[in-house]
Amino acid sequence: MSLLHLLALSPFLLAAGLPLLGRAAPRLHRGWFAAALSAILFAALLGYSSNVRSGSSVTESFAWIPSLGISFTLYLDGLSLLFALLITGMGVLVAIYSIAYMNDASESLTRFYVLLLIFMGAMLGLVMSDNLLTLYGFWELTSITSFLLIGYNHHKHRSRYGALKSLLITMTGGLGLLTGFVLLYVMSGTYQIRELMDAGGTLVSHPLFVPAVLLILLGAFTKSAQYPFHIWLPDAMEAPTPVSAYLHSATMVKAGLYLVARLSPVFAGTAEWFWFVSLGGLITLIYGSVAAVKQTDLKGILAYSTISQLGLIMCLLGLSSLSVAFAGEESLLYAAAGTAALFHLLNHAVFKGSLFMIAGIVDHETGTRDVRKLGGLAQVMPIAFTISLFGALSMAGLPPFGGFISKEMFLEAVLEPLHAGVFRLETWAALFPIVAWIASVFTFVYSALLVVRTFLGPRKPALERKKVHDAPPLMTLPPALLAVLALILGLFPGLVSYSLIRPAAEAMMSHIPASGERLPGSIKLWHGWTPALGMTIGVVAAGIPLVLTARRWMKLYAWIPRRMSINRFYDASLLFFERITVRITSLYMNGSSRSYIKYILGFMMLVAGFILFNATDVTFRVGAYAVIAPYEWFIMLGLAAASLAVPFAKSRPVAIILTGTVGYLMTLMFVFLRAPDLALTQMVVESISVTLYLLCFYHLPKLRTESQAVRFRLPNFLVAVAVGVLMTLIALAVLGTNPFDPVSDYYVRESYESAGGKNIVNVILVDFRGFDTMLEIMVLGVASLGIYNMIKLRRKATDIGSRHVSHEGEDADEEAAQTRKSLYGYDGPRWRSDDAAEDPERAEKLKIQESPELPGAESGDSSPDKSETPPNSHAEGGDRDA
Amino acid sequence: MEVIVAIIVGVLFAVGIYLILTQDLLRIVLGTSLLTHAVHLLLMAMAMLKTGAAPLLGREADEFVDPLPQALILTSIVINFGVTAFFLVLSYRAYQKLETTDMDRMRSESSRHRSRKGGRRS
Repeated sequence: MSLLHLLALSPFLLAAGLPLLGRAAPRLHRGWFAAALSAILFAALLGYSSNVRSGSSVTESFAWIPSLGISFTLYLDGLSLLFALLITGMGVLVAIYSIAYMNDASESLTRFYVLLLIFMGAMLGLVMSDNLLTLYGFWELTSITSFLLIGYNHHKHRSRYGALKSLLITMTGGLGLLTGFVLLYVMSGTYQIRELMDAGGTLVSHPLFVPAVLLILLGAFTKSAQYPFHIWLPDAMEAPTPVSAYLHSATMVKAGLYLVARLSPVFAGTAEWFWFVSLGGLITLIYGSVAAVKQTDLKGILAYSTISQLGLIMCLLGLSSLSVAFAGEESLLYAAAGTAALFHLLNHAVFKGSLFMIAGIVDHETGTRDVRKLGGLAQVMPIAFTISLFGALSMAGLPPFGGFISKEMFLEAVLEPLHAGVFRLETWAALFPIVAWIASVFTFVYSALLVVRTFLGPRKPALERKKVHDAPPLMTLPPALLAVLALILGLFPGLVSYSLIRPAAEAMMSHIPASGERLPGSIKLWHGWTPALGMTIGVVAAGIPLVLTARRWMKLYAWIPRRMSINRFYDASLLFFERITVRITSLYMNGSSRSYIKYILGFMMLVAGFILFNATDVTFRVGAYAVIAPYEWFIMLGLAAASLAVPFAKSRPVAIILTGTVGYLMTLMFVFLRAPDLALTQMVVESISVTLYLLCFYHLPKLRTESQAVRFRLPNFLVAVAVGVLMTLIALAVLGTNPFDPVSDYYVRESYESAGGKNIVNVILVDFRGFDTMLEIMVLGVASLGIYNMIKLRRKATDIGSRHVSHEGEDADEEAAQTRKSLYGYDGPRWRSDDAAEDPERAEKLKIQESPELPGAESGDSSPDKSETPPNSHAEGGDRDA
Repeated sequence: MEVIVAIIVGVLFAVGIYLILTQDLLRIVLGTSLLTHAVHLLLMAMAMLKTGAAPLLGREADEFVDPLPQALILTSIVINFGVTAFFLVLSYRAYQKLETTDMDRMRSESSRHRSRKGGRRS
């Protein structure tokens, strides 16, 4: 354990203590705790920056499961530090923002901040882990907290849908990631990232290399919402806006980028890595930017914009891997893409964070996020307008904001492959600048539309009536800070370029410092008249007319990915798997305890039979058995015959008497077997039992003839016989086995000496094992209490409580059946004996009794035959807006 | 004798299980008590039979049968009695409430029972 471990784990500690702290200071908003911790962490991490700036790193190891080679090693280099600062810095702002944004019941607020803190801790652990397995653990923890935070408003269907979607997609990727890590371990024999980097060269030729790359990229792409796994991100916008700003734009979705950057030294330099990463990023970039234009929800625009920007960074990361293929000057040229990626990552967090917060403010003040209902807010919300203008300009890549610089660097980087000449780039390199330019035009368009449609133009009448004004200072401060930061990053990029970006880029492209060179750290606002600047001017020139005539193009935009087919595929496959699962599960989980008993017995037979069959030390003892007196034969045969006759009894009294016979014969057996106490007890108990049976029989109806179907009887018969045979074998196998010294000798010896009793059995029961007997009496007491309650204390049907309870249960049952039916076309396990078929009169009565239920407000949807919810209602749930 | 007892144990188990797998409540209860007998005999057989006199110290004998299984069985007999009584009253009440002793019909009866109440409500 070290200070670094403490820092990484402190959010978890605070999360655990937050409910108590909240109780101790009920007036204080929980958010202040989170904000304070984030600020402390941010400051503490800044302390490491001078160390990291010079190119060195901090490693703290802590053996966790040494036998499996899993250690909790934290490693802080430039890349980790950049992310860690991003996480804690954004954490402070989001925590402060949410104090003003979240103003509901205190109970769920605690939940919110606990989850946020757990997420922060998981994210910090993720970016600082040096062990792939701990990294994976934190990775999944971020998915889980993201799931819980998206579903924060769990009473809304859309929230639950979005949460489940994100969980399923990111967890699928997470499993791929784990498999990829295991493959890496198979190839290299280590889970430490540091050691993997050293082994990098030998991995490439391994046959498992490509599968490992694919699986790890599956994890990274699902997490970073790359096409075609992006579909969860727009639905994740159901989360409270601070969560969207924090998890789904600034930090969690960048975990995939972090992983790609982190493992670049291991994988870079191969054609597969280059093409998958850069092309995946490029497709996501253009898809996201085009799809963002047609969104009408403010957060929807920002979600697709985030997808697009993540694609941009991913593409840059892919391009930067080219630098491994070259050396010297050329290598540095391609490495500029890596610098651009990390700088853009920072810029994106800054401007997107501010824009998300503004979207939250607009939502908070006007009550809607639909840009069709918004407009003209600039007059009433000047501060929000200014902030969003800053953010949007940075997002569009216009000077003098940070986004401009990184966009320029991006455009330069996409031009480089034109003269790379490796990985078949001769043929396809032109793809990069063209697609990048088109995507930039659309980025410009949606950035402009975001501001224009919200803040400019005429104000909608619905908004006129409300008194819309700027948000309270606490809410405005975080986005304002971010907007100013976007400007500072543009004007003075040197503030971060040497201290943060260069160490991070060098950690990502470790071959460059390894070859004794250093990346050119300088990032400048003005590059001179470069082709990239020309492209930016072209973007603006093409973008402005598109913005001005946006209304006419909307139909075209809406047509492009008309119905998001990947979403439909997701819904359809989810439905398919749910149906299949229900079918398969209901095959064996049919609600009948008889089947379950059969499963249990079957499993027991398998296990016990297997052991009996395979065990070598089980011997069936032969000889030395007790002799049987002639009259004992009669008793034993009678016992067997009486018990065998029970199933054939056609009426209850016969069955009861036969069972009683077995019991009394058992009494006789006990007599022969030298157990007088047992015989006495058995006789008394059997007499009372038979009386009870007969009493009960008096009240019960005639014995219905059992189902005669062989199909029903044969399996039961086989199971019963098999159990019988097995038990006989077990009985024979355990005869007289005494692996340990029996305790009985002690009892025989001490019975008179210590306890003063001559009846050893009695002495055992009341002296040696007195507590057992006391508990036995308690069991009897509980049973008798239960019996008394069942007989005497009946709740009348008119009892309000009982009626209420049964109504609830009934509604829940009905509802569940309805849901099952609408989702799976199957409304639960079928019962073999259908009443209507057997007893038409009763079925008729049933119908009459049920019919009054049909009218009424709530029973309307729960009546079985009236509201057949269309089976595709779930599939369309994705498109319906609540 | 032990072999015969082992076979009887098997028979009692088979019949008990078969009864538990049938549809009628009372048969199921009978099945559980047959199972108990089977277990008692198994316990007796495990310690070998008739290895000495009954475990009463007053008798002049060098060897006694193992008293431990007997103590266990005695406990079991009593508890089994409580369980049987409970089962019986439970099936009696179930019959009163649901008007059937058929396991397969009980589920549908109980849901009908509820819906009947629901009908009265509205």
